[in-house]
Parts: sequence; C-alpha cells; structure tokens
Amino acid sequence: MMNAAFPLMGNSGAAAASSAKVAVRDQSVSAPSTTSLRMKVKQVNFYYGKNHALHNVSLDVATNRVTALIGPSGCGKSTLLRTLNRMHETLRHTRLEGEITLDSVNILTLDVTKLRRMVGMVFQKPNPFPKSIFENVAYGLRINGHAGRLDDAVEKSLRRASLWDEVKDQLHKSAYALSGGQQQRLCIARALAVDPEVLLLDEPCSALDPVNTAKIEELLFELKATCTLVIVTHNMQQAARVSDSTAFMLNGELIEFSPTAQLFTTPADPRTEAYITGRFG
Amino acid sequence: MSARLIWRKSLNVTMFSLTGVCALITVAALFFILGYLVWNGGKDLSWNFFTRLPVPVGEAGGGMANAILGSLKLLLLAALFGVPIGLLGGMYLAEFGGRTIPFLVRYTADLLNGVPSIVIGIFAYTLVVMPMHHFSTLAGGFALGIMVIPTVLRNTESFLRDVPTSLREGAFALGANKWRTVATVVLPAASRGILTGALLALARVAGETAPLLFTAFGNRYWSPGWMQPTSSLPVVIYTYATGPYEDWHQQAWAAGLVLLGLVLLTNIVVRAFLSRGTSFERL
Repeated sequence: MMNAAFPLMGNSGAAAASSAKVAVRDQSVSAPSTTSLRMKVKQVNFYYGKNHALHNVSLDVATNRVTALIGPSGCGKSTLLRTLNRMHETLRHTRLEGEITLDSVNILTLDVTKLRRMVGMVFQKPNPFPKSIFENVAYGLRINGHAGRLDDAVEKSLRRASLWDEVKDQLHKSAYALSGGQQQRLCIARALAVDPEVLLLDEPCSALDPVNTAKIEELLFELKATCTLVIVTHNMQQAARVSDSTAFMLNGELIEFSPTAQLFTTPADPRTEAYITGRFG
Repeated sequence: MSARLIWRKSLNVTMFSLTGVCALITVAALFFILGYLVWNGGKDLSWNFFTRLPVPVGEAGGGMANAILGSLKLLLLAALFGVPIGLLGGMYLAEFGGRTIPFLVRYTADLLNGVPSIVIGIFAYTLVVMPMHHFSTLAGGFALGIMVIPTVLRNTESFLRDVPTSLREGAFALGANKWRTVATVVLPAASRGILTGALLALARVAGETAPLLFTAFGNRYWSPGWMQPTSSLPVVIYTYATGPYEDWHQQAWAAGLVLLGLVLLTNIVVRAFLSRGTSFERL
C-alpha cells in the first residue's frame, strides 16, 4: 500500500503537505543560477528490509560544487550517498523507490558498471587493493577496457590526487607501504582514473590525522574544478570548510538543504540549529 | 595462612602442573616419534634408497625410488582433482551462495571429512577400479583427491570470508561485477592462505594408507603412466612392517622417516610462508 502511495503523492495534486517542503527548498536553492545540476534525487524512499531508512528525500547536486551531507549517526546520510551510485545493491533485501538522475538520465535505467564509472566513490577507511600503487590506480582502467597508455593515465590520476611527487619513484611497491593519508589519496586517484563526473566521499577523513585531513580537504577544493563532489562528514567544521551547500539529515529525512554559509549561520529549521549548536548528535 | 588459602594455592599449582605436563606430552610425542624413526631408520637411509628399486629379500642394498615417485604422482593427481573442486566450491560458499544451500554444502563437507579413509578407498574401488578391471595410480589419486576436497573447501571459504568487505566495495565502486571482483581482488588477497591450506591438506593425505590398499595397490617395479598399479610410501611401510623379514622392517623404518620428513618439511615451509602475514591489511 505505502509503496504505491508514495509516487502518487509526488505527482498528484494532493501535495499540500509537500508544497511546504518545496517552498523551503526553493528559497534556499544553493547554486548560483549559472551552474547546472549534475544529479537530482527526487522523492526517494529507501528500505533495508522493513527498515524505512530514507523518507521522501529530494536533493539537487550542483555541477562542480561540493555538496556536504551532515547529521547524527544513523540519520541516513551514508545510505543516501550510496544510492547515488547504487552501491546499496551490493546488500541483500534493499529497496529504492523514487528517481535519481545523472545528467537527466534515471540512474536506475543505466548499466550499473557504466554508472559507477561515472559516479566514483571513496570510502571511510582507505581500502587500497593488495597490489602495487600502479596497479591500484590502473585497476579501474583495466576492468573498463582502457585503450590508451596506462602509464600516462596513472600518472595523471596520481597528479590529480596530489600524490604523484610522493610515489613516482615507488610505483611498483605495495600500496600498503604508504601511510594512511597517502593510502586515502591513492584511493582518490584510483577513483579519478576512470574520469568520473561525480565523486562520492563517505567520511573520507575520519580515519586520518589533522595534517592528512587538511591535505585531503585542499585536494577536494582543487578537484571541484573538474568534478562534482558529494561528501558525507561527521565533522561540521569540515562541512563548513569544504562545501558549497550542505544538507542536514535526521532520522532518514532531509531537514534542510541550503548554501553552507547560510545553513551554519541562519538555519531555517530549529532542528538544524539544535544540531549545529551541539545540543544533540 | 588459613586453610582456605592453602587449598587455593595448592589447587592452582596442581592445575598449572597438570596442564603443563599435558602440553609437554603433546610436544614430546612428536619428538619421540621423530627420534625413534631417526634412530631406527636413519642408518638405512642412503643415496640408493632414493634412487634404486627394491631388491629381492636377502640381497643387500636396494631402495624405494618407485614408492617415492609413486607417492608424488598420487599427490599430484589428488591435487589436480581435489584442489580445483575444493577451491571453486569454497568460492561458491563464501561469495555466491545464499543461506540454505551453503549450509547444506558445509554440513556435507564436514561429514565427508569425517568419513573413514578406508570407506573412501572402497568408494574409489567401486567407481574407478571395478570399471577399469585393474588397480591404478589414477584410482589412488582419485581416492586421495576426494579426501582433499572438504579440507580445501572449508579452508578456502574461511580465508575468502576474512577478506574485508571494504576491498570488495572498492572494486564494485569502480564498476567491477561480482566475478571480476572475486577473481581480481578477493582471491589474490586470500591466495596465500588458500595455497597454504591446500598444501597442508595434501601433506595430510600423503600419509594415508587405507584408501590406497585397493586402489593404487602396490608395485615392486616402476609404474609407467597413470593406468598401472603403483607403489607408494605408506603402503610400502604397511607391507614391509607387517612382513616376516628383518630387512623389510629396517626398510620400513627408513621409509617412515622419509615420509614423515616430507610431511614435516611441507608443514614447516608452508607455515613459515603464512606467518609472514596476510596479503591484505586488517581493516
């Protein structure tokens, strides 16, 4: 019953309830009018088995901007991030309703391999493969049947991840010889190698010390010239530093989505204010 | 000191000693066997033992080259037959199976592991020897191969399960499908453990006698190809040790030493290899 009801609510005139939400979003549209929207999440509901993890979430991801997702543990921010490249499909008993588009194409209709090549992902803990530094970066190219020279592509990706100068003399060493921060940048290089349009980052700095965190944040700033970034973070200061717009989530709902400066200075929703001022979470 | 305290302390000392002695017995058993074999079999070991065929009773010299080569051939067949099946089956359990079928397979594998080796021998006899109408290396290798399967299967499964999910996700996120991920990331990460397990399983069956008695049988001479009965170390030990001649007893001791030496060597090398750590980081 519920499953059938949700899409109806989105389209039909019975939208008195949702129009309020739309109004909030409209006045807080983050991106300057010159930027386009790379991804759109429309009325998404997500279930782990019977657990309803995302409630009617809608979100616009602006091209070449950093969008941050914040909220307390278990609020659904990682779940939302994982729907953007359909990583949720690697788990059993999950169900996604609603629509997510990438450049106006519904990602659920795309071949998942193709989608993940366009929407890359970096994880919470560095997860390099037990291979050499070179082979880690080349992995995505190899499985996608890259035609050109691997050497050039690997160097380019390592440069984009600001790691080239540190590893150029040891490309054939195991990736595990690198420090944690270097490993995370290697994972970013690995994701960049297939030239994704969007890069998803799931708390990429939570396992790193402040120095390495600063390096990654600097890197994100450089990357957004060529790539659209969505970052989940536990750290509100980080969201404030790196992102252009921020979404605050609570209990599977998107409470507020605004330009970052606005969300952190004049939040529209009292729950957002309570969270960013540290009253819970 | 109160009586209670004395009781507690003496109980502590007693249990400590008891467990220590039992641990010592375990270690001593191996060294006793090894020492005894070296003492009894060492003096009959010579270059000839490894290079020459057995000689008739009463004649001096002679060796067990055919039994050593026979055992190696049997193990090669067992590896070719049992390891791929165990490996792919273990991959299915760890990576592709749902819940019910893997449970049944796992349970069956554990039961198979518990089947007495002589019964495995009868099975191979019925399946391979009877249709062929004669004993052969092939039949012996088949019997040993069956014994290798459950060990390799369970071992492969557990090492694959140890590979962190985050590695799989890393590959999925680059657009790799399930098989690609398993073949290029998960399996290489677990390869050292899987290889170790396979070698240990082979070392384990290298000493099996019962399943060879009526499959590979035995042979006083070289066994050309794979379709002839073949000599093997365990069966020779059995035959010689229960035979009536003092020469044979001596040779049986020497063969026992060689067999144990091979198995121990495999174990030690393999464990040293494994102790260098897993090939992925514990995340």
